[in-house]
Amino acid sequence: MPRAASPELLDELLPEKFRQWFAAREWRARAHQLALLAKARARRSSLLIAPTGAGKTLAGFLPSLVELDLERQKPARPRAALTSTGRDVQRTGGLHTLYISPLKALAVDIARNLERPIADMALPIRVETRTGDTPATRRQRQRRYPPDILLTTPEQLALLLASDDAPLLFASLRHVVLDELHALVTSKRGDLLSLGLARLWQLAPQLRVTGLSATVAEPDELRRFLVPQMPDEINLADLVIAEAGAAPIVEMLDTQERLPWAGHSARHALGEIYDLIKANKTTLVFVNTRSQAEMLFQELWRINDDGLPIALHHGSLDVAQRRKVEDAMATGRLQGVVCTSSLDLGIDWGDIDLVINVGAPKGASRMMQRIGRANHRLDEPSRAVMVPANRFEVLECRAAIDAIAENAQDTPPLRTGALDVLAQHVLGRACGEPFLADELFDEVRSAAPYQDLARRDFDDVIDFVASGGYALKSYERFARIRQTKDGRWRVANPKVRQSYRLNVGTIVEEQMLKVRLVRSRRASASGSTGAVARGGRLLGQIEEYFIEGLTPGDTFVFGGEIVRYEALAEDEVYVSRANDKDARVPSYMGGKFPLSTYLAERVRLLLADRKAWRGLPEQVQDWLSLQRDVSQIPGPRELVVETFPRAAKNYLVCYPFEGRLAHQTLGMLLTRRLERMHARPLGFVANEYALAVWALGDMSLMIRQHRLDLDALFDPDMLGDDLEAWLAESALMKRTFRNCAIISGLIPRRFVGEEKSRRQVLFSTDLVYDVLRKHQPDHLLLRAARADAATGLLDLRRLGDMLTRIKGSIHHRELDKVSPLAVPVMLEIGREPVYGEASDTLLAEAAEELIHEATGQAFDAPISSHRK
Amino acid sequence: MTRQSPPIESDPSGRATLHVNGVDLHTDLSGALVWEEERLVIVSDLHLEKGSSFAARGVLLPPYDSTATITRLAAVIARHNPRRIIALGDSFHDGWAHLRLPEAERAAVAALQRGRDWIWITGNHDPELPRDLGGTIASDIGIGALTFRHEPTGSAGEIAGHLHPKARVSTRGRAIDRRCFACDGQRAVMPAFGAYTGGLSIRHAAFAKIFRSLGFMAHVLGDRRVHAIAAARCY
Repeated sequence: MPRAASPELLDELLPEKFRQWFAAREWRARAHQLALLAKARARRSSLLIAPTGAGKTLAGFLPSLVELDLERQKPARPRAALTSTGRDVQRTGGLHTLYISPLKALAVDIARNLERPIADMALPIRVETRTGDTPATRRQRQRRYPPDILLTTPEQLALLLASDDAPLLFASLRHVVLDELHALVTSKRGDLLSLGLARLWQLAPQLRVTGLSATVAEPDELRRFLVPQMPDEINLADLVIAEAGAAPIVEMLDTQERLPWAGHSARHALGEIYDLIKANKTTLVFVNTRSQAEMLFQELWRINDDGLPIALHHGSLDVAQRRKVEDAMATGRLQGVVCTSSLDLGIDWGDIDLVINVGAPKGASRMMQRIGRANHRLDEPSRAVMVPANRFEVLECRAAIDAIAENAQDTPPLRTGALDVLAQHVLGRACGEPFLADELFDEVRSAAPYQDLARRDFDDVIDFVASGGYALKSYERFARIRQTKDGRWRVANPKVRQSYRLNVGTIVEEQMLKVRLVRSRRASASGSTGAVARGGRLLGQIEEYFIEGLTPGDTFVFGGEIVRYEALAEDEVYVSRANDKDARVPSYMGGKFPLSTYLAERVRLLLADRKAWRGLPEQVQDWLSLQRDVSQIPGPRELVVETFPRAAKNYLVCYPFEGRLAHQTLGMLLTRRLERMHARPLGFVANEYALAVWALGDMSLMIRQHRLDLDALFDPDMLGDDLEAWLAESALMKRTFRNCAIISGLIPRRFVGEEKSRRQVLFSTDLVYDVLRKHQPDHLLLRAARADAATGLLDLRRLGDMLTRIKGSIHHRELDKVSPLAVPVMLEIGREPVYGEASDTLLAEAAEELIHEATGQAFDAPISSHRK
Repeated sequence: MTRQSPPIESDPSGRATLHVNGVDLHTDLSGALVWEEERLVIVSDLHLEKGSSFAARGVLLPPYDSTATITRLAAVIARHNPRRIIALGDSFHDGWAHLRLPEAERAAVAALQRGRDWIWITGNHDPELPRDLGGTIASDIGIGALTFRHEPTGSAGEIAGHLHPKARVSTRGRAIDRRCFACDGQRAVMPAFGAYTGGLSIRHAAFAKIFRSLGFMAHVLGDRRVHAIAAARCY
């Protein structure tokens, strides 16, 4: 039970009006709510760490409500009256509290929740929201007559700051509340927000910041985020930790079925998942990817003999569709919702009494936050069931359950501020009041992610924003920002300002295509893509890269149905209903998040500890015992490498346990090296735990004859020249660069006068990447992209850490056939795209196929004949 | 119309042969065409100074595109040592691009022109070219059985550019997007040569007007070879 605060403290901190309000609702102010009131009174910034359901948001706002009530109930306050004119205009009243959340839906929901105490107590407080959906007229009004409390997003804050009247608007600001801070700080949005805060500290020196966060691994990093930093001094906000709720009850599904070796469908446990949904009031079923959600949803309905109301929720579904599901859930009309991380954050929806997590948990903190979605009453434990989809995931689930029991956290560390985000911010600053570079440098370094920013990087950013940052100084006359006579930087013309407004933000969306359902046109598959009937019902949106991998005629699951890919026209994909029982195209891309380093470590320890195996299902114990007998169980700090022949090819399988992204990068680099060592590699597949490479050369023999040295093969120096050579052509690196080019403002997403966002960015960033790499390899944007690659799609840092860890501890096993531990990754072959093959090989293959076709058939035969 | 499969030939050097209206032309991996008998090299759509053209509109693309394009062109010329060069239109990205061309690049072009017959074909981006560029300026030119012009009309024996053909091929879950020549044995459309030139899918309606059916080939520029792939197989 939450501890009630002592009566004296209560009296002192909470005015009578508020105490009565609490009493009327049979609530008691919680200790952490009062603690935040005390911090506010002492003018201290603070971080509140509290579990879901602890009244976190009310705790954040309570100090503002109390303060505003005291200050503004003074009689006949003229609203926003000006007391002087000119630069030092002051208003009485004005904006007092700014609330920033990662989701605009959350801002809207919080506004609604705030209205209640304000109305009940008749507080003289005006609350408004400002999001991308707020009409222009209202935004105008908000600038002139700001509300007392404004609820908004990091992007909107950036826009508000990038205007001449920002000093006026924010001068009165006293309090900033940052909600879901743990989620905000892990991305470039967090960088943008930190720079916004740095600006606010200048405009409103009296400002206090309150951060609201779930439990994190390193609270001090978030505490740094909330207060201005000094060049050589770390400042921390105060810390308030709410009482933990009841410990969650987390179990692993003890399946009666045979546990699959590989795959991510968890089809084996379908009946058991269904029974769990049936036995509970509302169950959230989390999965890691959209396609898993699709598959599971469809399978559940196939066996839904009771007609249970089960719905589907993921980020690619049409917004209207998603809102419908959320509303139905809020009113308790749904018994089960299959969802992705689209429901990780956000509003509380009704009474969820069970969370099922299907597949890999990926990280302990992530899992705890998901579990927290069940049961928003603190004193009752949340209940969750983990359903591993394969044997390796059993290990991962076990490790996660143990970590949760210990309340061990593995949230990622605070970012180093990205230079592309800084470039966007600098342009925004030049859109507002002109600035001096020296002053801005100090201001920027007060933001925790940029505390260690080098002056050289800062100057390069300014140069980049001004004229592109090129060694060849030919763009001076096209500069976007210029220095005035007194040395201050300002935008060169109003068009630059307009362009900034249209392109603000750090979320670069995956290129998405609309999916429309049309009638099949299999009878007439000739001609250009324009031949399909246009129109058709909108099913949702899909990533362009997914469609790029398809050939017309391929089937896949979308919106809960199996559909056939018909054609692509501009930004729309046409699909028809397919009768196939199984979709041909699996599309497990592993989800956005790799297995956390922490959980990977625990899995390795679990593997190495024979006694701990007892906590695993018998089938898994048998599997591991067999591995021990025929090969070797990888120890916690070593790398086991197995080589064996199979079907005229030779395989090398290793088990780094570092996540799919790092493994993919490793696979790319290993195949390059194997090529040089004449092992004639053909390709590789990676999963979260292992990597399998196959080759024509007999790698076992080569190792025996010392023609292949594993220590040399896995030497960390692969991150030197080999990496550089590969980066030149890596599609992942190009994607990383594209994001930097867009965020930094080099390539606009939207053009002035063409406000509708277009499918294609105006200019292929791949071409820019190629030219820049050749002619100015140390350009700011390439540096920014390399910094991203370290932690992003290429996961280089993690790969580097692993290579260093296993140096000198590589154990080779020469086998005559595949080992039990290798089976899962070997089964991925054929389901996952194969990497590592030169484009020429693939093109040649396509050309070969053509020759077969050309000799027998007419060219305009249905393309779907390519289907396997 | 006869549905005769277009001839496919490839050679160990990665060079492929395009038969157009009875003439054999060789492809260069850079996207240039070579007519050996005539000692002629053809390149299309250089779009010089496209970078600075965007910069003037506020998009500060790296200002190295002209250098990159001319360096590649110099390599092609060194490889084949032609007597004559045809730049098949849209050599300059806009009407003022030649004025913005840096002195070093201007000198590089002049050096390439020395001792060679150089023909600038006008394009929609550069309909009026100044005289001081060196070489001859023409809207089109006929040599033997072939006609060279910027915008394709679909007539037999025509070598054109303008459309920037590219092909997307997907196999095994991977899609590869490359520039290509489009050719049906009667006519050909060349890929764009410039460093900042994007592409248009050969499945776009614009190609249907030139080739009338999908019975044409995409000669796709790979890393070391040119691959002949049926247009119907690409998208």
